[in-house]
Amino acid sequence: MKRTLTALALLFAANPALAEGTLQLFNWGDYTSPELLAKFEKETGIKVTVTDYDSNDTALAKVEAGGAGFDLVVPSANYVPIWIEKGLVQELDLSKLPHHANIAPEWMNVDYDPGRKYSIPWQWGTTGVAVNKSVYAGDVNTSAIWLDPPEELKGKINVTPEMNDVVALATMYVGGEPCTEDTEVLKKARDALLAAKPYWMSMDYGMEDKMATNDVPASVYWNGAILRARLKNPDIVYGYPKEGFVVWMDQVMLLKDAKNVEEAYKFLDFIMVPENAAMISAFARYANGISGTEPFMPDDMKDAPELVIPAELKDAGHFIPTCSPKAQEYITAIWTELQK
Amino acid sequence: MADRFAINRLPGFTAIAVLAFLALYIPIITLVFFSFNAGKTVMGWDGFSLQWYAVAWGNLAVQEAAWRSVVIAFWATLISTTVATMAALGTTRRRPFKGQTAVYVAINQPLMVPEIVTAVALLIVFAWVKVQTGYQGLGYLILAHSAFCIPFAYLPIRARLEGMDLSLETAAADLYATPWQTFRRVTLPLLAPGIVAGAMLAFITSLDDVVITEFVKSAGQDTLPTYMLGQLRRGVTPEVNAISTALLGLTVVILTAFFLLTRERR
Amino acid sequence: MSPAEEAVLQRSDRNGWLLVAPALVVLGLAAILPLLVMLVYSFLAPGDFGNVKWEFSTDGWVSILFQRDIFDGTLSLADAHLTIFWRSLWLSTVTTLLAFLIGFPTAWFIATRPARQRPIWLFLVTLPFWTNLLIRTFAILEVIRSEGLINTALIRMGIIETPIQMLYTDGAVLLGMAYVYLPLMVLPLYAAIDRFDMRMLEAAYDLYASRWMALRRIVLPIVKPGVVAGSILVFVPSLGAYVTPRVLGGGKNMMIGNFIELQFGQGRNWPLGAALSMTLLIIVTIALLFYVRAANRPRSDHG
Repeated sequence: MKRTLTALALLFAANPALAEGTLQLFNWGDYTSPELLAKFEKETGIKVTVTDYDSNDTALAKVEAGGAGFDLVVPSANYVPIWIEKGLVQELDLSKLPHHANIAPEWMNVDYDPGRKYSIPWQWGTTGVAVNKSVYAGDVNTSAIWLDPPEELKGKINVTPEMNDVVALATMYVGGEPCTEDTEVLKKARDALLAAKPYWMSMDYGMEDKMATNDVPASVYWNGAILRARLKNPDIVYGYPKEGFVVWMDQVMLLKDAKNVEEAYKFLDFIMVPENAAMISAFARYANGISGTEPFMPDDMKDAPELVIPAELKDAGHFIPTCSPKAQEYITAIWTELQK
Repeated sequence: MADRFAINRLPGFTAIAVLAFLALYIPIITLVFFSFNAGKTVMGWDGFSLQWYAVAWGNLAVQEAAWRSVVIAFWATLISTTVATMAALGTTRRRPFKGQTAVYVAINQPLMVPEIVTAVALLIVFAWVKVQTGYQGLGYLILAHSAFCIPFAYLPIRARLEGMDLSLETAAADLYATPWQTFRRVTLPLLAPGIVAGAMLAFITSLDDVVITEFVKSAGQDTLPTYMLGQLRRGVTPEVNAISTALLGLTVVILTAFFLLTRERR
Repeated sequence: MSPAEEAVLQRSDRNGWLLVAPALVVLGLAAILPLLVMLVYSFLAPGDFGNVKWEFSTDGWVSILFQRDIFDGTLSLADAHLTIFWRSLWLSTVTTLLAFLIGFPTAWFIATRPARQRPIWLFLVTLPFWTNLLIRTFAILEVIRSEGLINTALIRMGIIETPIQMLYTDGAVLLGMAYVYLPLMVLPLYAAIDRFDMRMLEAAYDLYASRWMALRRIVLPIVKPGVVAGSILVFVPSLGAYVTPRVLGGGKNMMIGNFIELQFGQGRNWPLGAALSMTLLIIVTIALLFYVRAANRPRSDHG
């Protein structure tokens, strides 16, 4: 008993956060490949500790409050400007990142971080619709699937409970832009959502399994999860709504109060090596923003229809920008009314 | 009435209790079952395999998280049950003292406030302390868990104490037992079922906490529930089933051993 | 009251505050201080991207009851907020009732086992809760979904032909909630029933009381503190529950817990979130005080 208590006391006192040769990565839960970390540790001797978060806002609130001891964080594109504006992240010294040029050209000069001076791509994906074609065989490249559903799908649709994505998709469906402050457009988007809600079965996550087992025949969801579902059930097709679908990217940023800065640079450079970036993709099944990763990608991801956006639909893809506080207030009000 | 002498039998109660135990364990059996699933999900059986135990065994992060959950729950249970027992003794079977209602409200306050509110506020308070002192250990999580476990420990103990017979303690006092002896030899044994119930509730409450932990934890302090949170979005794999099964198995083994050992001694 | 009893009472009287002090210290640091922070926050203005601006504002409190229509700017009653409040209250009430109906016989069953067996039964009630809530909820989902355990069994036995839709129904949410909170009801009830003197039942039966009468008139009044404790422990936490409603109910509608969380997350309105939780705190505290008073009153006839 005494020994157990000593062991417990040791664990209570242990504070591994600040040891030498370590790195504290603050990332989305279930998003970091353990193989990637093992390879990094083998090459550099640096041990990476991952701490999970489950929303951009939680991560932001925690780091803003301070004192938590993180070095790197992985915000979504529309939060990047907020992190920069609040002064929570530092500008990268590009001379310490020899592989910086590996960032794919289309991801180098993004609006939210031109020239990638603050953020290194982690993964990107889309939010679209997925349908089991044994239930409905019609056109899937449209938001009508869930906003004006065909008879076969009524009462069988799931909508992911992601406020910003869902309101943005609805806004684009009625002809507006994401983050619009135009109340006429917003009103139409709200009405479309409220009119469609009775046809939905649920607003839930976990569709990889539920679509694979056909518990849910149609859903608004993320492409990577649908890819995983399709590998289990070939009837599942992923659609890119032609009225507009959401493109998103998560990227790694270096915190201003990071304690392990040198280690952090090594990690940032490491993930821009194509072989390593492919490991990130192989784990969570989303595309990365690094050139030359194709030879290293798993076979079932090469040319996967969930990852390659058809050329004729490319223009329908929209990044959600950083919404103004006013626009965000509108979005929240619509969401509250939808879920009340 | 045939069972006239089984005075404590109430009609239908045993049936409901047996059904309740069955209902409690059907999902747990499913959970254990799916820890042996060859497929990647906890829905749909793809054949028998031990691969998820191998995955969990190889995943140090999730083992550490599970262990951390148990350590935090252990300390939080110890602290909250101790202070709750004292508080229960101080607030029952006596003339109410001034401000006792306020104390009662304060003790139950963690129950009344949605977790997210305490979480955000604790984030702000503790972050300030973290910056000032540089200490980032598990102490913050243990303190936070101890606080919200107090009502869970307090209410069963109080329920036990309320109306508990004073005569034995009075008798002890009459026999010149010191207050401490009276407490140790008379009150505490009488109170034990309440304390055990309270401690068990505190333990499972701490073990399940997500929101407060998510906001209070520092770098490298994931617990099993915060680790699981990421899987809510991206899909649950049988890995956590494997860990839970191992944890359940370990608990059952330890407690069975404990039970057998104490029986020997009798 | 005998002089000796009086002495015991006086002793505890002196020690009253000393005994509650440690609990108050822990609570003060990690529960009451945060509450004060939130009280302050509820009177500030929301920051642009989360957090608060340090300027005085009562908007958070006003917008609990009234909402400015985003399209025409008129102020009207915030029916969305009231609907969400009402739904959560209703769900918690029914969950508590259900947990009591299942929990009371279970606790009775445990308390009437031989003394050495009781810890084992108690442990059996809590053991399922050593597993994570999410995993537990997913296990229930696996049991009730269309191709899950129950439907498969019923179809194999030839009782039904097509699966019954149980997932994403109100019934699923209620059963799931009762499941999740059952030990919170059983353990306090057990602690109270355990000290019930079974000879009193014997006496009642000797006086030709029916079992139902004995239960209502003798058992329930005496175990009432346990009923009060269990109901509080189930009712209040289930107000904030959202994992179970989402996973089993499909999450189409918000619970008060989700709604407050939304304000601290993507809604970026911390003052509204703070004010909402203060309101919830006040309502629940008042309800609790009434409940405890009402529950304690008849006890004087017996004590």
